[in-house]
Amino acid sequence: MTNKKILIQNGRVIDPANDLDEVCDVLIAKGKIAKVGAANKTDLRGAEVVDAKGKIVAPGLIDIHVHTREPGHEEEETIASAARAAVAGGFTTICAMPNTHPPMDDEIAMHYVIQRSLEAAAARVLPVGCITKNREGKQLAEMGAMLAAGAVGFSDDGNGISDSSVMQRALQYASMLGAPILQHCQESSLFGGSMNSGAIAVRLGLGGIAASCEEIMLQRDLDLVKRTGAKYHMMHASSAGSVDLIRRAKAAGLPVTAEAAPHHLLFTDSACMDYDSNFKMNPPLRSAHDVEALRHGVADGTIDTLATDHAPHTREEKELEFALAPFGIISLDCALGLYAKAMIDSGACDWPTLIERMTAGPAKVINSELGTLTPGAAADVTIIDPKKRWTVNVDKFASISRNCPYDGMKLKGRAIMTIIDGQIKS
Amino acid sequence: MTKKVPISSRKKHKITDFVGGDVSERTTTQRIAALVPNPSPVEVTSGDDFVWTRKDLLGLDQLSPQEIVHILDTAETFREVSTRSIKKVPALRGKVVALLFFEDSTRTRMSFELAASRMSADTLLLTSKGSSISKGETTLDTIKNIEAMGVDVFVIRHGESGAAQMVAKQVTGSVINAGDGSHEHPTQALLDIFTIRQRLGRLAGLKVAIVGDIAHSRVARSNILGLRKLGAEVVVVGPPTLVPNKITAMGCSVSHSLDEVLGEVDAINMLRIQFERFGGGLFPSLAEYSKLFGMTSARLKRCKKDVLIMHPGPINRGVELTSEVADGPNSCILQQVTNGLAVRMAVLYLVSQGKID
Repeated sequence: MTNKKILIQNGRVIDPANDLDEVCDVLIAKGKIAKVGAANKTDLRGAEVVDAKGKIVAPGLIDIHVHTREPGHEEEETIASAARAAVAGGFTTICAMPNTHPPMDDEIAMHYVIQRSLEAAAARVLPVGCITKNREGKQLAEMGAMLAAGAVGFSDDGNGISDSSVMQRALQYASMLGAPILQHCQESSLFGGSMNSGAIAVRLGLGGIAASCEEIMLQRDLDLVKRTGAKYHMMHASSAGSVDLIRRAKAAGLPVTAEAAPHHLLFTDSACMDYDSNFKMNPPLRSAHDVEALRHGVADGTIDTLATDHAPHTREEKELEFALAPFGIISLDCALGLYAKAMIDSGACDWPTLIERMTAGPAKVINSELGTLTPGAAADVTIIDPKKRWTVNVDKFASISRNCPYDGMKLKGRAIMTIIDGQIKS
Repeated sequence: MTKKVPISSRKKHKITDFVGGDVSERTTTQRIAALVPNPSPVEVTSGDDFVWTRKDLLGLDQLSPQEIVHILDTAETFREVSTRSIKKVPALRGKVVALLFFEDSTRTRMSFELAASRMSADTLLLTSKGSSISKGETTLDTIKNIEAMGVDVFVIRHGESGAAQMVAKQVTGSVINAGDGSHEHPTQALLDIFTIRQRLGRLAGLKVAIVGDIAHSRVARSNILGLRKLGAEVVVVGPPTLVPNKITAMGCSVSHSLDEVLGEVDAINMLRIQFERFGGGLFPSLAEYSKLFGMTSARLKRCKKDVLIMHPGPINRGVELTSEVADGPNSCILQQVTNGLAVRMAVLYLVSQGKID
């Protein structure tokens, strides 16, 4: 918190939560949004002035799916390094996934993430707690205590909850708390490969993971949501079939949300042709038809939020045979440009829509009051230069890891200033 | 002054710019288009002025039809060496060939070892048992350590698809893929193709059946690629649990009935059934497999008279084929082994001359 006044002038202010898109000024005071509109002489007095002409002034971007790896794999990433990578990428809030070692499945772990986040003094890191103890998919973790300690949702990410009765209980219990269950949809008995099932996998001699592996669990979950009324979020939707299932569930009035990751909006499985493990992630890259369906889903709101699934791994882990290398890639430092490439450059949607999916959209998923420029809200602001052309250089990433397939990619659009609680972080 | 944000933009858009994906996708499509349909069954020749430039042999996927024929023609000249009383040529004298068998092998390893020694190369042998591999060293670390001893050619057998390609990116010496996972086994396919050409006199216009566990077979993939490039038709045969539908993208057709294809093929390559796959329940029993997809004398009678019966070995007698078939006049199984030596001598020789990655 700070008493500093910041006046952001003449930017294109886009605040989807308030249906706002106009050129005006944003005044920040005492760590809060003080005013959105035309600034007067009083507003100017004592303020640090930021000229945002030609730039987009948006609520701070939110990424609800980040693997911060701490505790347990600090050689890959820490809460602090992930928070710095977030700031570099224009994100003011990220959610830390609980598949750490040990898994974050209790109240103390939630306090730990929040404490580490405060120490880092970069992006705000909010904890996601495990659904089940030790991420084993058997016994429910203490969701009530974790929620009280600051958890924003629950997930066994990396594993889907296979046992239908455990999933049903998790949804029932979470519905009492009003907290979202974030599911990694993967029917374990069908899972056994390292890339998308299809002609490319056959050609490369690699085991395939079919879209049905994801869709079968999603379909089951949607039936359980119908029964329990719980708030359900599908993580990293990767297939056209999943988009379709979510679209129909929403039409039926179910309280479901979904996210899409940059790689699923940009690549197809043919990117795996050279056995480069930086194109290996779970769920895997799929077909052009799936990419198109996901882009449409993001544009029409079926997909509520964009989330990186930023998954750091060390060089030695990734420099293995394709089937032996771990799943996951990083993109927090460059995600905004990637989303712009997938959605804006391709003509799939406009900036207000894209910003909605990165602010009000994710805030709604985690029941947060962040993601808006409403006066009185925390002064989290991201200033974006939509015309800035730049080249991704992994060596400049704030993230500790380098498992990024976008190195050298030319992008258009980049966050040029990240303000958190009224403090300019970059 | 506020304006509605068009949150629900339903504008139709056309996706034209899949990064990375687009490029490879086009390449794949073009590659597949180049393979099917087979344009004209004209025998490919490499031409007198052909110059070999590759330093690696990672698969038949990368090779042009002319390059494949050049290897076959070169193997033809080396075949004669084995008929001499002194079975050695000085072609690779002073060169070091490292035989890195991360996965067990008998005939491929011995064949490469003998091929290297007939070319007068020095050999280094690494097998998985009792080596640093079983101590948890990564493939690349193992390779880099061996490279530091001064190696000219790496021959690599590995259980993971893409392993040879991964190594080739990291070493300066030549890399020959001696089988990687379920991906490719180029020298096996080359010796199979060599044997067909030798016995039947041509490749263009022939039809070859490959029978068995296509899904997990590197031999099948390399054979499909090589045979298609040289103008032969390929049909893969087996139950749907062992034959992925999408294999047709490689230019072959699929049949689930051996009996239906018997009469129309010129060669039948019977793949080995790996017993360890039973655990996966990919087919109910060996007996049922053998009944549906085994080569027997009765089935042989319904084939073309001079049909070629092939097997990459080791054979499970009574499963993929009966002893009468394996040891009968249509079988060329041992000829395949003999030709394997000449093909591997040719490959060792050619990659040692090559310069280009």
